Amino acid sequence: MIEGFTALYIFMLAAFTGYEVISRVPVILHTPLMSGSNFVHGIVLVGAMVALGHADTTLEKTIGFIGVILATGNAVGGYVVTERMLEMFKSSKGGTK
Amino acid sequence: MNHSNTVLYLAETTITTGLAVPPVPTPVTVSEFPPFAVQEPSTTHWQNVLIEGFYFLAAVLFILGLKRMSSPVTARGGIVWAGIGMVLATLVTFLYPNLGNLGLIVIAIMVGALPAWWLAKHVAMTDMPQMIALYNGMGGGAAATIAAVELIKGTQHSLIVQTLAVLGAIIGSISFSGSIIAFAKLQSIMKKSWLFANQQLINLVLFIITLALGIFILIQGPATATVIIILFFSFALLFGILMTLPIGGADMPVVISLYNALTGLAVGFEGFVLGNAAMIIAGTVVGAAGTLLTQLMARAMNRSLGNVLFSGFGATGGQEMTEADVQGSLKPIDANDAAIMMAYAQQILIIPGYGMAVAQAQHKIWELTKALIEREVRVKFAIHPVAGRMPGHMNVLLAEAGVPYDIIYDLDEINAEFAQTDVALVIGANDVVNPIARTDPSSPIYGMPILNADKAKNVIVIKRGRGTGFSGIENLLFYADNTRMLYGDGQKMAAELLQSVKAL
Repeated sequence: MIEGFTALYIFMLAAFTGYEVISRVPVILHTPLMSGSNFVHGIVLVGAMVALGHADTTLEKTIGFIGVILATGNAVGGYVVTERMLEMFKSSKGGTK
Repeated sequence: MNHSNTVLYLAETTITTGLAVPPVPTPVTVSEFPPFAVQEPSTTHWQNVLIEGFYFLAAVLFILGLKRMSSPVTARGGIVWAGIGMVLATLVTFLYPNLGNLGLIVIAIMVGALPAWWLAKHVAMTDMPQMIALYNGMGGGAAATIAAVELIKGTQHSLIVQTLAVLGAIIGSISFSGSIIAFAKLQSIMKKSWLFANQQLINLVLFIITLALGIFILIQGPATATVIIILFFSFALLFGILMTLPIGGADMPVVISLYNALTGLAVGFEGFVLGNAAMIIAGTVVGAAGTLLTQLMARAMNRSLGNVLFSGFGATGGQEMTEADVQGSLKPIDANDAAIMMAYAQQILIIPGYGMAVAQAQHKIWELTKALIEREVRVKFAIHPVAGRMPGHMNVLLAEAGVPYDIIYDLDEINAEFAQTDVALVIGANDVVNPIARTDPSSPIYGMPILNADKAKNVIVIKRGRGTGFSGIENLLFYADNTRMLYGDGQKMAAELLQSVKAL
């Protein structure tokens, strides 16, 4: 279990990383980047899987089940949408990179 | 021997917290089959190392992926890297110790994945903003369900972790219901901005009730009745709805971006609850990146975040402009004359707006651009940050038509060039080229950075009719001496321009 100051350090470093990583993004990529970061928090899927996997009562299972559906939608939809957008960005020198 | 086995068994039970798991061997069985008893804990250890290792790898891939996504050259690779990270993290989660309900998990993943995949594949590029809102809302909802399961189950946590669970629940719920409203508004399922008396007061009361219920849950701890927990979530969801209802469509991008950041934060918080490093890191990174992105967008739209959240657009709107304020007249031009003007120009700047995308004119515009480039005219696209429905949306729409990104420039890069430009072609854009934003402090768009189209030697505006823009403000550019109006449907006019240019 990650507790106390270790948790705080992870939180702080991750926050700075997130800020720095996109700080120089050009406006042309705002929409795809928002979509891409939307995909990244689809990692909530692993948490939803664990929650459902450890659920006992019918109520817990139902909520957990909905959670996994929602999280999968976030991850899958987020990926496809972002990929479709970025796929189209081409340089005039030709070729998608 | 027997003694040490019993100790191991006790250690195991504390980890499993007695859930619906494959029956735990009793101490008697353990002592009867010593080889298994010795191996079992080491297997769990091996699993944990594998899971943590892959989560670590996924976190690295997410960060590198986001980094690559912030440059157009590497962006495509970025999403693939992040995608690989996601697949690895998901697969390795199946190895989680004592994970039950495996069948349900697989079914839920299928049920969630197939429609999301199909919808994402088929949605039009113009509808991207609301799709992002929808998928983001689902993520927030998922974070809230994790909190719900943990709270209902009454797992014992430290107060700090429990607080994070409750906070994540509130934030995730708001992001979920708020994003659904944002989706409905952009999809035009819901047209009006709902403003009613004492709205902000009601919202404040709702928020306080939600917080109070959250604190009550913290004090009660695992003993909290399920009804209270359900009530808590209902109020959080209701607050998300009512908070988003009064916000107008034009401000939605900022709101979606904000909810994106909130979902990230909620995911990070629930990551602390589950002790899941991948969720903590990915969630927090998105939370921070999303906050920065929200600020950038709000700045580009000349709106402060507080302004977006706490006032309906137009509520502060300026006074109507009378005809007398406008000097000059609208001077029409036909496609042929416009084409000649463009074909013999040295440099043309094209300023597209959302109207171009609505008319589906971007493909014709790109063909026109290619024809002009063949005649050795320098053609560049000038994009205002709020062209399209969110910053960067216009770039996506142009990219879809095949326009390479290196002839597309944003406001800061291009504004100085208008003075050396022979023709500025405005298509489907209005407020973003209105010089009144520079001159008239009483105008609602005063202070908004605009594209200086009026500084070009000639301006051609393709416009459907004489109406005003989104904000309902007369556009002084249209009345300027160097401006000619080309009236008609965007796609049809672009086609006529193309024909005329080719005929020359």
